[in-house]
Amino acid sequence: MKKIRLFLLPFFLGVLFLSGCGSTGPTEGEEGAAGGTTVGGAGSAETSAATAGGAWSGSPLDDPNSPLYEKVIYFDFDQAEIRPEFLPTLRAHADYLINNPSARLVIEGHCDERGSREYNIALGERRANAVKRFLEAEGVSPLQLETISYGEERPAVPGHNEEACAKNRRAELVYQ
Amino acid sequence: MKQLLRILFLSLLLGASLARAELVIEITEGAEGALPIAVVPFRWKGDPASPPPQKVGRIIAADLHRSGYFKTLPESEMLAFPSTTAEVDFRDWRALKQDNLVIGEISPNGPGGYTVNFKLFDVYQGEQLMGYSFATTARDLRAIAHHIADLVYETLTGTPGAFATRIAYVVSEGTIDKPRISLRIADSDGYNSQVIVSSTEPIMSPAWSPDGRKLAYVSFENGRPAIWIQEVFTGKREKITHFKGINGAPAWSPDGRFLAMTLSKDGDPDIYIMDLTRRKLRRLVRHWAIDTEPSWSPDGQNIVFTSDRGGSPQIYRIPVSGGGATRITYENGYNARASYSPDGKLLTFITRVGSQYRIAVMDLKRGSMTVLTDGRLDESPSFAPNGSMIIYATRYRGKGVLSAVSTDGRVKQRLALQSGDVRDPVWSPYYK
Repeated sequence: MKKIRLFLLPFFLGVLFLSGCGSTGPTEGEEGAAGGTTVGGAGSAETSAATAGGAWSGSPLDDPNSPLYEKVIYFDFDQAEIRPEFLPTLRAHADYLINNPSARLVIEGHCDERGSREYNIALGERRANAVKRFLEAEGVSPLQLETISYGEERPAVPGHNEEACAKNRRAELVYQ
Repeated sequence: MKQLLRILFLSLLLGASLARAELVIEITEGAEGALPIAVVPFRWKGDPASPPPQKVGRIIAADLHRSGYFKTLPESEMLAFPSTTAEVDFRDWRALKQDNLVIGEISPNGPGGYTVNFKLFDVYQGEQLMGYSFATTARDLRAIAHHIADLVYETLTGTPGAFATRIAYVVSEGTIDKPRISLRIADSDGYNSQVIVSSTEPIMSPAWSPDGRKLAYVSFENGRPAIWIQEVFTGKREKITHFKGINGAPAWSPDGRFLAMTLSKDGDPDIYIMDLTRRKLRRLVRHWAIDTEPSWSPDGQNIVFTSDRGGSPQIYRIPVSGGGATRITYENGYNARASYSPDGKLLTFITRVGSQYRIAVMDLKRGSMTVLTDGRLDESPSFAPNGSMIIYATRYRGKGVLSAVSTDGRVKQRLALQSGDVRDPVWSPYYK
């Protein structure tokens, strides 16, 4: 669980950073390059990414300039449909998973605090499954993917206004 | 005899820890025409230097007051403090416009033991309505006081009291990054709070067994949700299910032999019933939609549950023997987490009114629905075992708190924990 908390904070900082300097972020080409060099199998992803990027010496998953850096997607109220703006992020993760067959991803489904707790567990699972199905449709092996729903039990941000609710209705991608 | 057994059992329940009150109960709305009653402080007949550890009379008065159906006379307004029939002058109490009077005495009864006797009078008729004597110990004085309050309540209202019962609830403390979640139980007046299980991972959906001796609940302590059953008094527990996907919403059958639950191991969340003796599972509801939050009718014949098969969450009912589900709620676009009143005549559930989530009851015969609360995020309603009140979770000053509302909506009380967020309350049955 610590993993999520650790990456959430940089994520929100990252959003600020990206929006401050033009929000298009890394280009498709960079994605391809990072992905291409990782075809080497287990364990090689981190080191080869360093040489490809030139500037980043860790996993592309931790590179603030990589679309893989984004690991949270948000949902509308009581909905589990993936909003179009998150498709590029999910496609980048699909490519990464395809090129790194040993990578394992847990997709966590979360909800805001409104409504009943157990219904929200079911809704969170529906969100996680929507992401899982999308990744599978992109060609990711089901064996690399797991889902878990936390419903409203693990909010990302405190607070009870619409802004907080919007940040809590989410799926988080947690690499193992 | 049965009563004696019940008291003996209650004594066991209370355990050794007499913790301070953690839940503070505040009446927020009382009933019009509450019955005036005077509960005189019980007289201690033993060594004045070592009085009993509990103020029995005060506990009884607080119980009756909290129900909203009684207006208790403050001790400071009493003209006399009788403890025997001979000492009672009914004129005093008539002058104070009291309908009823409770007096009592506590005497030493061997080492660590007490005898508590009490009498209930009708002030205007000038006659005794009831009187009992109980042998007890220091540890069980609160339980005896709640039991006396139950007897008084039943004699004067015709409905059994529910003071000698407990509530289970979940508390979240710590920070959003480092939460500490605990499942706790407390007496119905908030005293004797005890931690049943705690974790840094979510714990949710406690459900009492019909005999009040076990709790089923969902814990994520191993990283994934699992349903556990724990004996409340021994702490002994067992993992019942840990399938892939959802393991949630446990609900005991009225005979305690079956546990209904939500599992998504076969795809979508559906309702299953487990035979607890043979550990065999049966899928009761099979539908592509979300089906969750099962709850049994008191006769054990039907299960109500939440489903969004019609496009929004609504309450449905299905015979336990199987067959088709019938939709029960139509009003409002969100109705969830239904449970039956003990007599099976009412359902309570969450309903969305505008953008607010509130507690409603539905009269099943007439199909009419009444919204009882006025919060923004009210959830997890649960009937008291006498059907008089519904406990639920709400928010107050930014904190999760528990509240209770009478089934007719006239009486409201708030139970505020001193720290942390409180949620997922469920009222115990009567101990059998």
